Amino acid sequence: MLQTSVENVRDKAVKRKKMKLSHIFIHLFLILLAIICIVPFYIMIIYGTHTNADIASEFIFLPGQALLENYQSMTENMNIWRGFLNSLIIAGCSTALTLYFGALNAYGFAKYKFRGNKILFWFVLATMMVPQQLGLVGTFRIMYILNLLDTYAALILPAAANAFAVFFVKQFIDGTIPDEIIESARVDGASEFKTFNKIILPMLAPALAALGIFAFIGSWNNFIGPLVLLFTNDKYPLPLLVQLLQGYYGTNYGVQYLGVALSVLPIIIVFAIFSKRIIGSVAIGAVKG
Amino acid sequence: MFSKSIRKDHYGYLFIAPFFLIFFIFGLYPIIYSLYLSFTDWDGFGQPVLVGLQNYQRIIGDFFFYKSLFNTLVIWGVSVIPQLTISLILAVILHEKFVKGKSLFRAVFFFPNIVTAASLGLLVGLIFSWQTGSFNQFLMSLGIISDPINWADKPNFMRGLVSSILFWQYFGYSMIIYIAGLQGISKDILEAAEIDGASKVKVFFNITLPLLSPIILFQVVTSIIGGMQIFDQPYTLTDGSGNPDNATLTSVMYLYDTAFTRYQYGYGSAIAFGLFIVIVIFSIISFTTMNLKTKQGKA
Repeated sequence: MLQTSVENVRDKAVKRKKMKLSHIFIHLFLILLAIICIVPFYIMIIYGTHTNADIASEFIFLPGQALLENYQSMTENMNIWRGFLNSLIIAGCSTALTLYFGALNAYGFAKYKFRGNKILFWFVLATMMVPQQLGLVGTFRIMYILNLLDTYAALILPAAANAFAVFFVKQFIDGTIPDEIIESARVDGASEFKTFNKIILPMLAPALAALGIFAFIGSWNNFIGPLVLLFTNDKYPLPLLVQLLQGYYGTNYGVQYLGVALSVLPIIIVFAIFSKRIIGSVAIGAVKG
Repeated sequence: MFSKSIRKDHYGYLFIAPFFLIFFIFGLYPIIYSLYLSFTDWDGFGQPVLVGLQNYQRIIGDFFFYKSLFNTLVIWGVSVIPQLTISLILAVILHEKFVKGKSLFRAVFFFPNIVTAASLGLLVGLIFSWQTGSFNQFLMSLGIISDPINWADKPNFMRGLVSSILFWQYFGYSMIIYIAGLQGISKDILEAAEIDGASKVKVFFNITLPLLSPIILFQVVTSIIGGMQIFDQPYTLTDGSGNPDNATLTSVMYLYDTAFTRYQYGYGSAIAFGLFIVIVIFSIISFTTMNLKTKQGKA
């Protein structure tokens, strides 16, 4: 009896040791993968601080002193801050439209039982599965007809019809906004739109905050849209402007690294602040879909 | 009260109207107009000239259409298979209790997903450039190679590089979705299996995997739709050229090139619809095979 229990204990101890070893390997694997994820960004930042001569001569892993020099030669040919401003205007306005009209539409679907409600909502969801490039040429055409080619509006206006936003906000409304609130607002004599703007919209803040981060990042990263619809360098958002670096500074690698780093920096900052919220919302959006 | 709320229901149309208006102008109209253009010859000036099925006939004999489709499929396949498997393994690992620093790992793995794809293509291009690229210099400093290698000259390597960028950007995203799926699986089932003495591997294959199959299907279908549209990374990696030897020319790059640099808007539209048909076929295939598999598993 005693013997078996001793054996048992020994067994368990052996097992635990084995487990521990596998745990260490798993952690090593995770750390290695994390390093692989980060190294390119590390290289980007480090190389942006070196002169072309440094970069051409050997592998570098420590920061250099040419940051200011690279920055100055970049700004000689390129107004990078103008690019920042363009990106900010386009992404900011797009996000505002996506949020407001997404919420408006979601509220309409969630709280009004008009005829065709279900079919129209399925239609909205189905549009998410249609590849965007399908209408690329037609988009160019409609922007031409509306005289919107080479304007910010060409990139901003379509953001008002974001199907994912409708879906995301409707989920939130279904889960958190009871009909009684709307009924009592009606009893108080508030009009339908006033109820939405003054009472409902503030209650949607948590969902809109999460959605807003995504909409902003999505618009900031958009590349093919501005590539097709904008022609003037002065209107280019950052990703497009940085692409021009190759042409201006074909052999000056320090400047190119710095440009790439600057275009990515805002995303890094946004992620550093909101990473928990971003990751949480990715999961919500996907699993419920 | 009841009758009052019924009377208000038509307001719903007003709430959804702006969205649909914008969608019809900037979403639906461009697609229908592209469909129309695909039956025409149009150089952007003057009026489009109807040419019937000529553009589609041209696609059938177009070497570059097949080549770009082949490139897209290879680049997509090489990235998506490890993406969907490694991310599943990672999700299971990060779902375990003993792992330290879970949220940090999740954040680091996910991060490349939200970074500007165009900038990443450019960055990887710099790192792998011939004379001054840090990858060559890293290999040289380790003594693995003595002279820098011109990677941009090697078709398969460059395709693999695009696949690697895509993998790097999407494995963390897939992982997050798998984790959310795992959190939806009731702990009771898993604990019951463990009490019955099932090993972790057995639990994974016999319980976790079947329960995750809707999420795997979701990921496969969305990755087909996204993967067939690869553009930003190969475009900026190769400065828009699709070189070497058109090995990194993806379908959407070919579409962009045809319509917007050679001004063949009609033929470009036909390419878009050709690609769309391919996407639909692949989505249906993956949908039916996955459904068959789960049904067989249940029977």
